[in-house]
Amino acid sequence: MSLTDPAHTDPAQNVSAQNVSAQNVSAQNVSAQNAPAQADPAQVLPPVRDAHGPALEIRGLTKRFGAKVAVDNLSLTVPSGSFYGLVGPNGAGKTTTLSMATGLMRPDAGDIVIHGVNVWHDLLKAKRLVGVLSDGVRLFDRLTGTQLVTYAGLLSGMDRATVAERTNDLLNLLDLESAGGTLVVDYSAGMTKKIALACALVHAPSLLVLDEPFESVDPVSAANIRDILDGFVKSGGTVIVSSHAMDLVQRMCDHVAVIAQGRVLAAGTTEEVRQGSTLEDRFVDLVGGRRTGEGPEWLRLS
Amino acid sequence: MVATLVKLRFLILANSLKGKPWQIVAVVIGALYGIGVLFGAVIGLSALSLAPTELARTITVLAGAVTILGWIVLPLIGPGTDQTVEPSRLAIFPIPLNKLVLALAVSGVLGVPGIVTSIAALSTAVTWWAHPLAALAAVVCAVVGVFTCVVGSRAVTALSTGLGSGRRFREAKGILIFIPLVLLGPIMIGLTALLRGSLDALPGIADIVAWTPLGAIWSVPGYIVEGNAGRAAAGFAIGLATLAILTLVWRSSLRHALENPARASSPTKNGTRKLGLFGVFPATPWGAVAARALTYWLRDPRYAQSLIVIPLVPVLLFVYSGNMGSQGVLNALGPIVALLLALSIFTDISYDNTAFALHLSTGVSGRDDRLGRVVALGVFAVPVSVLLTVASVWFTNSWQVLPGLLGMVFGLLLSGFALSSVISGRFAFPVPAPGESPFKARPGGGFMLTLSTFATWGGLIVLVLPESILAIVGFVTGEAIYGWLALVVALVLGTVMLVIGVRWGGAILDRRGPELLVELQSNK
Repeated sequence: MSLTDPAHTDPAQNVSAQNVSAQNVSAQNVSAQNAPAQADPAQVLPPVRDAHGPALEIRGLTKRFGAKVAVDNLSLTVPSGSFYGLVGPNGAGKTTTLSMATGLMRPDAGDIVIHGVNVWHDLLKAKRLVGVLSDGVRLFDRLTGTQLVTYAGLLSGMDRATVAERTNDLLNLLDLESAGGTLVVDYSAGMTKKIALACALVHAPSLLVLDEPFESVDPVSAANIRDILDGFVKSGGTVIVSSHAMDLVQRMCDHVAVIAQGRVLAAGTTEEVRQGSTLEDRFVDLVGGRRTGEGPEWLRLS
Repeated sequence: MVATLVKLRFLILANSLKGKPWQIVAVVIGALYGIGVLFGAVIGLSALSLAPTELARTITVLAGAVTILGWIVLPLIGPGTDQTVEPSRLAIFPIPLNKLVLALAVSGVLGVPGIVTSIAALSTAVTWWAHPLAALAAVVCAVVGVFTCVVGSRAVTALSTGLGSGRRFREAKGILIFIPLVLLGPIMIGLTALLRGSLDALPGIADIVAWTPLGAIWSVPGYIVEGNAGRAAAGFAIGLATLAILTLVWRSSLRHALENPARASSPTKNGTRKLGLFGVFPATPWGAVAARALTYWLRDPRYAQSLIVIPLVPVLLFVYSGNMGSQGVLNALGPIVALLLALSIFTDISYDNTAFALHLSTGVSGRDDRLGRVVALGVFAVPVSVLLTVASVWFTNSWQVLPGLLGMVFGLLLSGFALSSVISGRFAFPVPAPGESPFKARPGGGFMLTLSTFATWGGLIVLVLPESILAIVGFVTGEAIYGWLALVVALVLGTVMLVIGVRWGGAILDRRGPELLVELQSNK
């Protein structure tokens, strides 16, 4: 994590970082084998379990909606411990793929294996391994932020003390401590994303699947979230994010896959995929659809 | 512009029905109902042409006044507001305000209720066909009257939404407005009793109403026939002035709405980080579901809607029992409340909407999901139903029916919980989304929901037949043993059903969770 990151010059951030390191004393006892011994926020994240085999392996995944093929025989391997970016134009099948990978939508065909667990054969075990932030899905927004994260924790079958501790840690980590008592329905879009991220993290998954986690999040919060995700990856976890922000993906992710029309056009380490050019240019090359010219005559004002 | 907006409106209606055969059926049945009502109105108005002038005038004035009143009041209390073409969505287009007012008014008239009202209003011309001048005036007045209806309803809706834009205020208003609606029955009984006593006074009332903005415009043809030109002119002037004032009010509130688009209310900050009910229920998945569901009962207006009926049921029964001259009706209080409460969660997952994805992604078992929701409801539904049953028996001093009544109450509650558990785990219903008005209906959705509600009630009544028959035999014969038998049967049978319902519903949910989520997403 970069210490020149603007977020860390923020005094409020320093305060929360101190809180965090105070809590680390108890957390490190449990997570000594995984957590690097440096003061970064990720240390409050609970230890990662079951981190063997590729974090996610998708083979021959297919999903049709009526006549439209949303995901077309898609195969993808996400190595354990990678920060994986999933990019593609609108309607490429990113959300559909991620929904199927996390057990929220049944595939028509194909296998999805998370850390050796076949998702659709052993749904419950797979769900224990995965934390999900879905795009375009509502939250139980009549709960307060604290209540919502607590709810997610209790639903995963954790005990009250653990849930309370982790909820507290996560709200601090995400700068939501002052909004813990506010109903989620009254949150801003960025705060809503963050509380959803807290719900995805509370049961200490080994794989995080985040659909558009940075959409409508302000730059400071986005940087903070990125730090948390970086720390999560450093401690052995795996993160998959889908995003439209190519710049962000190029800087943040060590692996990337370009998806269009339900197929993988390119996949590998970020360096391999972008082949010396920027990810954005490479993306446009692969996906196509760029038009040349300046638009119709009447739109040119001079 | 006017034509474009009218076209837009029908396009939206058509697109929202595309690929949804059940909604089309619902719309068709709704249309048939409208045509039926319309047919009756046209026949009635035509028949009036044979009646004495004074009677015809009395009826057209009163019916017209009620129509305008209905147009203005219904959108406030019912799902009747057709905001298909919402003014705020048009804010970004450069449409001159006056054109917008005209376009929205015309598109309002050309909706289904508008067309029905127009045809009925125009058929007043048939009432006066024997007097050509009056018939001509009737056509003109009908046009003015129909626009008064449409513009009036829009103006009142715009005014009421402009009053408070905060979420809490809006939600509270949505619920409070429900009370007069439920009490409509007793109010009507009171009104009819009043009218029955004063049928002869009706012409007098009509004369007074004819001076008011509601009735003036409809009185014009009648006065023309009677040769009272001055009175007719006055009526026409009042009618026109009404329309003009309503248009001005609507226009100014429309401009206000366009310049101040609705925005989300600012967060209500409070530092408390209390767990609320999550600290009260056991820290298990089902306990968490129960805590969440009960929190929603308290915070979500869609649930409050089913709660607010409960205190009104005794009032309704009291009025009806007085009307029917039998106190026994009051004893139905417990079973009715039990029926309403037990089935209030049969659309529970549909109310969750896509937030249900959290249940799926955390892997909570279907049985815990079902159990938690039943517990949240049972925590207050059982005591409330039992208390109301005992209270009603105490009031009517008929303690001998208490065991039988309690049997029916427990039967309805337990079997109802079971039935709700299975149905809400299997079907996604077109209910209002979180944050929407509890009364907002999707095109045809309200009808489908009503249909499935009645089907569920029917199913429940079959399930509780054993204990109900025993209880009723007890009421009729007066033998206490049947009442006690009903209570025992209800408790045993109800418990068995509840266990089956929670397990079966849970198994369905485990199996079909992802498919249910897809259905919820398409309802979104």
